[in-house]
Amino acid sequence: MTMLGDRQQLAYIASQAADARVNVELETEGMTLNIGPQHPATHGTLRIIARLDGEQVLWAEPSAGYMHRGYEKLTEVRTYPQVTALVNRIDWLGSFANEVPFILGAEKLMGVEAPARAQHIRTILFELSRIANVSLFLGDLGVQLGAVTPVFFAFRDREYVLNLIEGATGGRFHPNFDRIGGLKDDLPAGFIEETHSVMKKLRNFCDEIENLLFGNEIFQSRTRGIGVIPKDVALQYGLSGANLRASGVDWDLRRDQDLPMAWNKADWKVITHPDGDSFARCWVRLQEVRESTKIVDQLLDTLPAGPVMAKVPKIIKVPEGEAFVSTENPLGEMGYYVVSQGDQGPFRVKIRSASFNNISIVPWLLKGVYVPDIITILASLYFILGDIDR
Amino acid sequence: MLLITTKLSEGVFPLSSATDTTEAPRDERRESELARVIEALGANVVDSLLKPNDDMWIRVTAESWRATGETLKSLGYSYFCFLSAIDWMPSPFGKGEDDPTAPAVERDNTIKQGYTGGATRFQILARVTQPFSSLGINIKVDVDDNAPVIDSWSSVYAGANWHERETHEMFGIGFNGHPDLRNMYLPTDFEGYPLRKDFPLLARIVKPWPGIVDVEPLPGDDSEEGEAS
Repeated sequence: MTMLGDRQQLAYIASQAADARVNVELETEGMTLNIGPQHPATHGTLRIIARLDGEQVLWAEPSAGYMHRGYEKLTEVRTYPQVTALVNRIDWLGSFANEVPFILGAEKLMGVEAPARAQHIRTILFELSRIANVSLFLGDLGVQLGAVTPVFFAFRDREYVLNLIEGATGGRFHPNFDRIGGLKDDLPAGFIEETHSVMKKLRNFCDEIENLLFGNEIFQSRTRGIGVIPKDVALQYGLSGANLRASGVDWDLRRDQDLPMAWNKADWKVITHPDGDSFARCWVRLQEVRESTKIVDQLLDTLPAGPVMAKVPKIIKVPEGEAFVSTENPLGEMGYYVVSQGDQGPFRVKIRSASFNNISIVPWLLKGVYVPDIITILASLYFILGDIDR
Repeated sequence: MLLITTKLSEGVFPLSSATDTTEAPRDERRESELARVIEALGANVVDSLLKPNDDMWIRVTAESWRATGETLKSLGYSYFCFLSAIDWMPSPFGKGEDDPTAPAVERDNTIKQGYTGGATRFQILARVTQPFSSLGINIKVDVDDNAPVIDSWSSVYAGANWHERETHEMFGIGFNGHPDLRNMYLPTDFEGYPLRKDFPLLARIVKPWPGIVDVEPLPGDDSEEGEAS
């Protein structure tokens, strides 16, 4: 594995090497530490097996699979509209965002495109799920470091967003709202005004978290220069989303991909950070929530009139073909490779979930870090268990 | 630039969708990119397919699988998206909706590979992307049915490590040179490979799918059914 000549990374490695030398001289005996599967500081049931030398990790291995539900197999006995109910449960904090790439893939194979209004509403709900998802991350981040206050703020303000999603779709966590050819329904009355006021609250929440957490000296010393991922390593492991952008890769599928969605109709920025450490990953996510609120505000103002559903047959049969569609989900690149053989259900669906790739870097990343940093590094990588195991 | 890169294998039927019109739009960015890839890979490419403004597919020989990964990486495809497999055998259980009391259903079990064709039941499917142009390429390779083993990509793309473990567990395909092919999800002594089509979905076997009971049409559904078919 090649390392970048980044000064910070080199200093970090040098300090680790110095510590390792001390340990060799003392000939300390190794010890295996099991973190999880049930542990307050893991999100769900991920188990980390770490071999320690003193306070330092010699090697660490995440053991996933406690929540494997076999969705790829289940899709093979479902029809296309039924699959959205399954994929909702992959990343359960940003459910609506999971439906979109699958529906877009099926639409691509069928040659159907959703009407402009449906594309706008899809994008709005997509960004609302991102805000709900990432705002919980920002609150949870504090808990991992022993700061309990931010999580209350996060739950309070996420509730506003969940209420909006519930108002529009009927489901707080699992909307199951996206249909091939458009959406199940139009937005409810009063949604636009309500959303504008909630977006204002969420921007306040971002300011609060920034003041409470990101400016905090303890937070900075626990995250700055910790868990550095160089750019080329991040790409090789297929890291995506904020984890990749925090390593200085200016790549966002919302901007760089030509999808029938409305992101290009709004004015927003792709946030990157050159450092690649835990702090950068958290900071990029915080800024992305701000950008998302801007996207939602602009799209609500430019919402086109018209139907929310294209004309599609009642019984959906997808023509033979293969398609890969991925979108920039709250956790990173979420994609579906759909193989159709002309039936009512897919022949094979490969679910490319973001957390699976994001967490596969953990054995590399945890080598040489100290035990307390395991938790902050995992927290900053941000994974959802359902998104790893599927 | 007149290199014709778009060709369909005999096994693939043309799409009947609206996107596949006779005057398909040109996609020069992908055309030149695919030509570059094919030139670099040379005789290793068995077949290739380009869908304008959509995606690119190539199929390579099994011997050149590792070299293909290295070449693609040197061509700027530095982002590893995923690696998995496809079992092209139609499921002997259909959609798991058969009436258990009725006589067994006759099914057409001819293997029909998708884009870029193929000759085997199992195919490895991988995707790598150029992060700055967002151009991705899907790479397929045939895996020998009798000895489903292929070279590992884990030393080319570090991220392939977990994906190959998953593929090994789910399809029973071995990877030469993989450091550690332990199971990720299933118990160590689990028998069978769940994502193979001949592995039954037990939930559908032990209890008939409730869908087969609901044969009564909903009131007023007749006209719409006619429209759909």
